[in-house]
Amino acid sequence: MSELAIDRQIDRSKMQVSDEVAIEINNMNKWYGAFHVLRDINLTVNQGERIVIAGPSGSGKSTLIRCLNALEEHQQGTIMVDGTELSNDLKNIDKIRSEVGMVFQHFNLFPHLTILENCTLAPIWVRKTPRKEAEERAMHFLEKVKIPEQADKYPGQLSGGQQQRVAIARSLCMMPRIMLFDEPTSALDPEMIKEVLDTMIELAEEGMTMLCVTHEMGFARQVANRVIFMDAGQIVEQNEPEEFFNNPQSERTKLFLSQILGH
Amino acid sequence: MSDVSFVRTEMLPEQAPPASEVGPIGWIRHNLFSGWFNSILTLVSLYAIYYVLSGVLPWTFQSVWNADSLNQCREIMMAKWGSTHGHACWAVINDRWLQLLFGFYPSHLYWRPILALVLLLIALAPVLYSERVPTKLLILTAAYPFLLPFLMWGGTIWGPISAALGFVIGWGVYTVASKQISGLIGIILGVVASIIWWLVLSSYFVGAMDSILPIGIEAVQSRQFGGFMLAILLGVVAIGVSLPIGIVLALGRQSDLLIVKYLCVGFIEFIRGVPLITLLFVASLLLNLFLPPGTNFDIILRVMIMMTLFSAAYMAEVIRGGLAALPRGQYEGADSLGLNYWQAQRLIIMPQALKISIPGIVSTFIGIFKDTVLVSIIGLFDVIGLASAIRADTAWNGIYWELFAFIGALFFVVCFSMSRYSMYLERKLQTGHH
Ligand SMILES: Nc1ncnc2c1ncn2[C@@H]1O[C@H](COP(=O)(O)OP(=O)(O)OP(=O)(O)O)[C@@H](O)[C@H]1O
Ligand SMILES: [Mg+2]
Repeated sequence: MSELAIDRQIDRSKMQVSDEVAIEINNMNKWYGAFHVLRDINLTVNQGERIVIAGPSGSGKSTLIRCLNALEEHQQGTIMVDGTELSNDLKNIDKIRSEVGMVFQHFNLFPHLTILENCTLAPIWVRKTPRKEAEERAMHFLEKVKIPEQADKYPGQLSGGQQQRVAIARSLCMMPRIMLFDEPTSALDPEMIKEVLDTMIELAEEGMTMLCVTHEMGFARQVANRVIFMDAGQIVEQNEPEEFFNNPQSERTKLFLSQILGH
Repeated sequence: MSDVSFVRTEMLPEQAPPASEVGPIGWIRHNLFSGWFNSILTLVSLYAIYYVLSGVLPWTFQSVWNADSLNQCREIMMAKWGSTHGHACWAVINDRWLQLLFGFYPSHLYWRPILALVLLLIALAPVLYSERVPTKLLILTAAYPFLLPFLMWGGTIWGPISAALGFVIGWGVYTVASKQISGLIGIILGVVASIIWWLVLSSYFVGAMDSILPIGIEAVQSRQFGGFMLAILLGVVAIGVSLPIGIVLALGRQSDLLIVKYLCVGFIEFIRGVPLITLLFVASLLLNLFLPPGTNFDIILRVMIMMTLFSAAYMAEVIRGGLAALPRGQYEGADSLGLNYWQAQRLIIMPQALKISIPGIVSTFIGIFKDTVLVSIIGLFDVIGLASAIRADTAWNGIYWELFAFIGALFFVVCFSMSRYSMYLERKLQTGHH
């Protein structure tokens, strides 16, 4: 896979990692039936971190970040998000879901609602925001992802890149403290990848805590402060991007990097 | 040597295309005679159409409209055309159309079913044409389920008011209990309160209020109901009630709660596995065995319940198909935004699943509406039952086609309207690539 150049200066002034813990995973295990997908995951993410999760297909990257907002259930260990433990308690789950935004590979916009309605639905129904305020906020975020003029169209009328930016705006409308991205650019053409990455970089520049599963190694190098490598359901290695790419420790990481960077 | 190449300075005017390519002749050439095979098909079809119309049109239009009996009809035909063959005797419709439409409903009260029908159309308008009709009309829509039985059966006004009160009481209990205890217990207590009201307290309330303030209109007995009116009444109730029940059953079938799931599966499979006729016989005969003796459980109400359940089972399966067609991503999108189960269902899942299921839902509607004629088998005088009764009358003994053509036309108008409406709705809800 080639590396997409990021041809802009990145403003790191607000990209600061605080001491406050955003996510804490302790000895987490998950099975699909008899299949052990996630093994002994331990991970602490501080407020303001930008983490890229990489790894071969089937290594459990999606499963890991989907556990963080309870789209998947874990069977062992604990996950704390923003100080709330993810248990079977539905109240906790709904609370965490409204604090954590998620962007999917296939956008998952609601095709029967306009772009604006997609963005205002959850604020109005979950946060009980008055409609007018929700619409103003939605327009604010749509401007931020640079498609305010599409507000009255339906998702089916937009290009893939535009849809993914709407999906990001939709998550942001809930004012999340953490954003999860599961291969947000994998379903897009190269020129659209760039517009989505730009949006994500802007988000990082504003100090958002982000966990991204992605194959965009350019993004990992320039934006992430930590890269996590997963294989066969385990976290094999994690490091700062510079070290991770130039000086990988384990054989599996070396193999993966040589494949993905085409050396 | 000139270096200016030839450049045309003015364009030739556009010429009209040859007559063989446009206009009616062009259209016919392109669509009907484009090749020898199509030409043969066209000729064969034209002959078939001619053959049918040459029989039907004279029969329909060279017909007798005024006569007192079939014999008189035949005499008129002989006098006019020299044959009784190939001419319709619409006189039977002319003579009996009110009965075919209203059954034995008292004729001085015909205005009540007519008013009920007009109100039905008005009450449906804000639902069917949501963007063109003021939403205030929804008040009428909400009141209609109580107005309909009052207009049709008449009697004291306190009956429908008491039925409506049951909902108000249930809602009141639910709001109080769900605040004080919990949502689920609130729902259960609310339902229990409503049921207690309807089954036990309501009759005392109606009796008491009626003696204090007797307001009411003339009562009509169920056995006087009949004709096409009965088909519409049964159809409207079965259609209107089976849609929400079908949605609940479809959701129940997908539920994680095993008891709920298997109750729904069992109900759906049982009802779908049994012919409607059997259910109607159960309604008319067997139910009496199970009910305490002396209870007066209206036959039309029983039939309504059976038809509704029957339709609901089919509806549930149609809607389940729509639910299955939705990508998993829609559920995940809704979940990831923090919407709870009911919000996700109401705002995201159901609107899309119902939209996908529109053709199936409308087919079920049309099916159940036409199936209302089966009630003639258990002795209700719907249009088919009345047609048989009319043919048993000595005056019209032997008449056949005219009655069924009329009945067919009545059903066709209603079913065709439903079908067209569903196409309009599908177009309106289209939000894809354009
Ligand atoms: N619902 C499921 N039931 C059973 N097994 C599953 C399920 N979802 C995923 N798996 C399996 O779990 C493993 C990890 O899946 P996951 O989607 O997390 O991988 P991934 O690292 O995101 O891969 P990719 O890069 O292809 O997206 C895979 O082997 C997959 O086949
Ligand atoms: Mg994945």
